[in-house]
Amino acid sequence: MNPPPAAAPAVGARMSVVAVAGNPNTGKTTLFNRLTGSDQKVANYPGVTVERHTGRMRLPGGREISVLDVPGTYSLSARSREEEIAIHSIAGIDGEASPDLVVLVVDATQLSRNLYMALQVMELEVPLLVALNMTDVLEARGESIDVEALSRELGAPVVAISALKGRGIDELERAIERTLAAPERARPGARWTPESAELRADLDHVAASIPAEWSRGSPARARALAAWALLSIDDPDELRGVPDDVRRSALARRAQTTAQGRHVDAEIIRGRYAWIDARIDSFVRSPARARSATERADAILMNPWLGFPIFLAVMGVVFMALFSWADPAMGIIEGVFDVLSGLVRGAMAPGIVRDFITDALIAGVGSVVVFLPQILLLFLFIGILEDTGYMARVACLMDRVMRTMGLNGRAFVPMLSGYACAVPAIMATRTMERQRDRTLTMMVVPLMTCSARLPIYTLMIGALFPAALFMGFAPTQALLLVAMYLFSTLMALAAAAVLSRTMLKARSVPLIMEMPPYRRPHWASVVRLMFQKARAFLSEAGKVILVCTVALWALLSFPKDSALETRRAELVTEAAALDEAAATPERDAELERVAAVQSELDGQALRGSYAGRLGHAIEPTIEPLGFDWKIGIGLIGAFAAREVFVSTMGVVYGLGDADEGSVTLRDRIRAEQRANGAPVYTPLVGLSLMVFFALACQCMSTLAAVRRETRTWRWPIFLFVYMTALAWVASFVVYQGGRLLGFS
Amino acid sequence: MSHTANIRPGQIARLVQIGGERSFRRRLMELGFLPGTSVRCVRRVGVGGLVEFEVRGGHISLRASEAVALVFESDR
Repeated sequence: MNPPPAAAPAVGARMSVVAVAGNPNTGKTTLFNRLTGSDQKVANYPGVTVERHTGRMRLPGGREISVLDVPGTYSLSARSREEEIAIHSIAGIDGEASPDLVVLVVDATQLSRNLYMALQVMELEVPLLVALNMTDVLEARGESIDVEALSRELGAPVVAISALKGRGIDELERAIERTLAAPERARPGARWTPESAELRADLDHVAASIPAEWSRGSPARARALAAWALLSIDDPDELRGVPDDVRRSALARRAQTTAQGRHVDAEIIRGRYAWIDARIDSFVRSPARARSATERADAILMNPWLGFPIFLAVMGVVFMALFSWADPAMGIIEGVFDVLSGLVRGAMAPGIVRDFITDALIAGVGSVVVFLPQILLLFLFIGILEDTGYMARVACLMDRVMRTMGLNGRAFVPMLSGYACAVPAIMATRTMERQRDRTLTMMVVPLMTCSARLPIYTLMIGALFPAALFMGFAPTQALLLVAMYLFSTLMALAAAAVLSRTMLKARSVPLIMEMPPYRRPHWASVVRLMFQKARAFLSEAGKVILVCTVALWALLSFPKDSALETRRAELVTEAAALDEAAATPERDAELERVAAVQSELDGQALRGSYAGRLGHAIEPTIEPLGFDWKIGIGLIGAFAAREVFVSTMGVVYGLGDADEGSVTLRDRIRAEQRANGAPVYTPLVGLSLMVFFALACQCMSTLAAVRRETRTWRWPIFLFVYMTALAWVASFVVYQGGRLLGFS
Repeated sequence: MSHTANIRPGQIARLVQIGGERSFRRRLMELGFLPGTSVRCVRRVGVGGLVEFEVRGGHISLRASEAVALVFESDR
């Protein structure tokens, strides 16, 4: 067969657009990655947070074309805005560019269901090329599909491929080139047309309301869109791109047919399947058999006794990876940025510019980059879980539990990741299809005890609670830490239960979930997912985090008191001179004294800064919680990241650098007194502070991540307000309740 | 006639009708759950409260509580 030469692109001609579409779990994304290589762009569809992947590929003849990865869908009919994307992208309506060709990825092992969508595409009169995928799996089962017969019956080209193994890709690329050059050979028109006169009349009636920009003047395409409208439009539904005329016409006609006792949905769907069923035996060489390997695996993985322990073990590995395996990499990143700061500090004269570069810019970039290990690791696991098909089982196993809180079973992995860090967890909510499920999960994940809260708990528990045994056997301090984890988990679940019944109330949608066969992951796709997520985080959330770091730095560093600054500069010179001097016990003592004065002055500067004033300003609001204005400064500083609270308190108390294990900081905390001589920190205040940190949204990175995922400031603002209010009330109850009970 | 609740894992039964709300019925039909089709009950997942069916070579899980909308004609 001699393919006609590809048409040379005319100068200034529009670049051809190829849409890659298909059912979920057909290897569509793997194929998209194979075709486009690394040349990809990720954006969002307008109005919905569904990722829109586009890429470019070069055809064998040298021409470059644009490729769009249409979100996976079983059918073009839609009930939600997310599902509406498929019909818009394939039909090229409502702002989406009309594709010159649809490459439909078809799972050869589930041919009839996949052909259902092929029929829909052909009805729309869009050129169709079928990429018959998973042919390797089919062969391994001893089956085969007659590609010629399939192509003949469909009237559109069919190419057998294996996206996973990279088989047939060259042939597919040539077929894309050929089809683009002669699209009429791939546009045979509707294969199935209604047999009954009644249904034909229904379609004609609704077709009359289809606007010309939808039908492009073709009566057949208008009828196809009428069938789509009859199947999809409901009262009410979430669809946004439907003209009023079409909506009215489709609803009225449906009501009419229902009154006649007909079921239009079933008539249309049954008609298409009847077309497929009449021909399927002529394509498939051997009757479909059970998926033995997957069934054997599921016999263990979904076993009533073994399934759940195995699931817990898998989730345990994911959790451990985020919680502790990411640590060394994060340590290295922090170290690199420390070294960088040190280099700048050594190379520049002391002053405001140097402070800005080291404490705002470098620290800010560092606090963005430090999230990368956890993000990469989490998406490594999500990629593997999705690719192997185990994610569907996770959703299955967790459905009952998560549903009681109004959450999707797939929310489990983000919720679990929240115990390590809310930022990657929020990004992981994309594994859920519905916007509302994602938003709900994002609103509760930040309540999980993330690892940044641990230093605060450690400091408070270590400083204020005895190391003694509780009731003679349980170590009090450890018990308290466990209690904080339990508390945060219960609060997150309660928040989900409340939000899902109020702000994020949604009709509960019946669950229909495909259990894909187990497959080995396509590593290139997994790695690509990891780096796409990392890049998106750096470029979008990163900017917000950087700006916030700079703003916080300014709050903590200004205004400068000139007398204080002069004294600090003198001390720096003094210390430098002492450093040069010969080491004697006297010199060391003097150095220590200077360092102590420096720390004290640093504390004075911080207490006099805007943050210090803000601490004073908010004191009346936090006093009922048992906190003084110095703790208020710590709360402000902690907004950069919760663990910063510890080092901020070190500076506030004039101790210089301190961490949660620091004995001097613990001693200082125990010694800190109020004006009346009573201690500031009692166990009750410590508890109140821990409760505050458990619930408050003290994390700008979380807010930046929510902003990125929801594409609006509305949700991050709501998150901040509700968590802060919740924290305040809970701390108030703990502190005031404790006092009523006689604790101080 | 019997409801999903009476279908045992491993059993193959003919689907007679689907109840429930329209979008649920429509999506199930599009996945191949058409009245008259043979459907195999693959397993029940006790922990999650789900039931898995095989239809037209695809495996679909539904909540047991929602799958009662599927009415079968049992062979035996």
